[in-house]
Amino acid sequence: MIERYVTSASTFSGDIDFVITLIFVLVGFWFLVSEGIFFWLIFRFRKKDGQASEYITGEKKSEKRWITIPHLLVLVCDVFIVVAAVRVWYNVKQDLPPAQQTVRAIAQQWAWTFVHPGPDGKIDTADDIRSVDELHLQVDTLYHYKLEARDVLHSFSVPVFRLKQDAIPGRVITGWFEPTKTGEYDVQCTEIRGIGHGIMGARVFIETPEQHMAWMNRNSPGSVAAVEATTPVVLAATTPRVEE
Amino acid sequence: MAESVPVAHEAHPHHGEMSFWSKYVFSTDHKIIAMQYMFTGMFMGLIGGFFAYAFRMQLAFPGVPVPGYGLVGPNAYNALVTNHGTIMIFWVAMPVLIAAFGNYLIPLMLGCDDMVFPRLNRLSYQIFLLSAIVLLISFFVPGGAFGGAWTAYPPLSAKAQYNLTPYGSSIWLVAVALEFVAFLLGGINFITTAMNSRAPGMKMYDVPIVVWMIVIASILFMASVGPLIAGAVMLFMDQNIGTAFFDPARGGDPVLWQHLFWFFGHPEVYVVLLPAIGIVADVITVFARKKLFAYRTVLYTAFGTGVLSFTVWAHHQFVAGIDPRMANVFTITTLLISVPIAEMLFVYIATLYGGSISLTTPMLWALAFIAEFLIGGVTGIFLGASGSDIYFHDTYFVLAHFHYTFFPIAIIGAFAGITYWFPKMFGRMLDETLGKIHFWGTIIPFNLVFIPLFVLGMAGQHRRIYNFQNFPDLAHPWMQDLRVLATVSLCVMLAFQFVFFFNFIKSLRSGKKAGDNPWKANTLEWTAPSPPPHGNFAELPTVYRGPYEYGTPGRDKDYWPQNEPA
Repeated sequence: MIERYVTSASTFSGDIDFVITLIFVLVGFWFLVSEGIFFWLIFRFRKKDGQASEYITGEKKSEKRWITIPHLLVLVCDVFIVVAAVRVWYNVKQDLPPAQQTVRAIAQQWAWTFVHPGPDGKIDTADDIRSVDELHLQVDTLYHYKLEARDVLHSFSVPVFRLKQDAIPGRVITGWFEPTKTGEYDVQCTEIRGIGHGIMGARVFIETPEQHMAWMNRNSPGSVAAVEATTPVVLAATTPRVEE
Repeated sequence: MAESVPVAHEAHPHHGEMSFWSKYVFSTDHKIIAMQYMFTGMFMGLIGGFFAYAFRMQLAFPGVPVPGYGLVGPNAYNALVTNHGTIMIFWVAMPVLIAAFGNYLIPLMLGCDDMVFPRLNRLSYQIFLLSAIVLLISFFVPGGAFGGAWTAYPPLSAKAQYNLTPYGSSIWLVAVALEFVAFLLGGINFITTAMNSRAPGMKMYDVPIVVWMIVIASILFMASVGPLIAGAVMLFMDQNIGTAFFDPARGGDPVLWQHLFWFFGHPEVYVVLLPAIGIVADVITVFARKKLFAYRTVLYTAFGTGVLSFTVWAHHQFVAGIDPRMANVFTITTLLISVPIAEMLFVYIATLYGGSISLTTPMLWALAFIAEFLIGGVTGIFLGASGSDIYFHDTYFVLAHFHYTFFPIAIIGAFAGITYWFPKMFGRMLDETLGKIHFWGTIIPFNLVFIPLFVLGMAGQHRRIYNFQNFPDLAHPWMQDLRVLATVSLCVMLAFQFVFFFNFIKSLRSGKKAGDNPWKANTLEWTAPSPPPHGNFAELPTVYRGPYEYGTPGRDKDYWPQNEPA
């Protein structure tokens, strides 16, 4: 259902879409049945001359089962939904499969700074590649993200991954995703964060290993192109912030 | 508590002529206070609706000055969105549904002459009015009104350097706190009156559902608001005297606020839902000429919903950085709450069976409540289930979902109540033709506003963004077309509200005289004159039966007033 509108580009996006479709089918059924009976009753029991209303208390067992049986069936549907939702949730949020790569996402008013591992494949080393509002990933690679916020709450949301996680100042929140499709997509911030909230959009670039290598070579801290490309952007992004 | 009843009589020992001021402004009469709440709520509703118009215009036509408002900048956009939400919940839904109907109906439906604490009641309205004025002042201070969303999450709400509204955010907090004080006073009054002032013969199961619902809602409000008031005090101190309750750099925790807020915020949904659902029960029984199906079941589901509503709050925080294991517990409790609510709607649908349904304006509103609230209910499942909420959290899907709950509650439910009790309140009938024009002119555009927003939410459009042109995946022309459709529908819906005001004023002046009981209803308010005088009943009624005895076999009339001896 969701793929009709938004590309599915992570290993778990299909699972989340499945939960959504399951709920859609179950609640859609109840919705149509309830509305159908509701409108039928309105038309069936319109006021007619000389026909009085019936006296039904609804307290007798034989009457009450008209609501107790549906209500038990609703409960059964709830159980299916809970099981499906919790399984996906466990997979996406509770479980943490071992990482092939790690990226750091740092949120501030009103920009994302992404720290990518350099050619050595490790983060927090001298060859890290920092970029503003651009996240570069290699397809079919399991990433851990380490999410931080500098000032207020932010939320790291990548709709094509079906992934969303709030960032909280003072904490580093770790999670994972694995991109499955190359392309360029939106990264949103979904927690309101002041005047610039609507201005900032970041992009995620999912690249083939060759494209990713080429990007890395262009942007490694040693290369001249990298210094030119990143420095002015970093300055521009930090100026509107008023520090204590 | 027992002594409180005589106090009520002392407060107005004689019901004689009074000056304009003591009759309409400083009145302790529950009906006048109800009108004060209702008109203040309607006025605030116009402001909240105007805000929606301004920010929806910005979304449909970004960067174009909005007629009647001007250019909507990013800070103004945030302030409009924030205060639209705050006003519609705290200054429209609560005063109209709980305070106006509670004040008007509780003494009349219980067959007594006034609230137990009439002066407390007056104080409650005065504090409420003050809170509304304080909120409106925040638009005229340097920096403008608060723009950190109605949920006011710190650190954004806690520090002026982040939210850029140094005065607006504190004034907003004070206004909300004052509003809570007003409703605490009102709630005490509702509960005490319902417990102590029922007419002789009226047992607990003879109390009309709407009164029960307002009482349960007041209990929920009083039990849930404490933590948020504590939170508000902490946030106010963080803002103004440099404490660090929510500042992680100095040992505080911003997530604490979210727990305090939603511990109140989720029961609050039911605080406004229950009175609306009570109004619907009273309206559909009268116009279907049917006894309410399983009266006791409705009460038990309302209590069940109330208790469960205290255990679901963290479903607002699945992705907020709480321990992910907690999401499993809150998914279960949240989906469980669908059971009593579904049962309540089943009861209402079952009530229609075998009825003799006349589609008057109040009945149309009440039926529309059921049809539309069902959409709000079923879409809530997508958000209560943790797995799907990862995607839907903070998208327009959430926004459309809660408008499909709050709009039926605060607008459809309120119109059902106003059109139903208007003859009692003012002694004249509303115009049915104008009423139906207003009804269809509200319901059709309402769906055309929010169905497009469901679709946009499924397409990943996130909330509280003043211009989507900065997000390439959200800037497709078809998405912009849906935004324009929603905005145009909103404008149409707002325009149709003038039909209501015209009808209201016209009927007030020249409507058909209503008589005591124009709808042939059973409950006690219809035995008083229309409008009831100060003191309500010439002779206090005695009750012989429950409120929903319609179509009782073996009687020539299809209704049986509660006070008519057998």
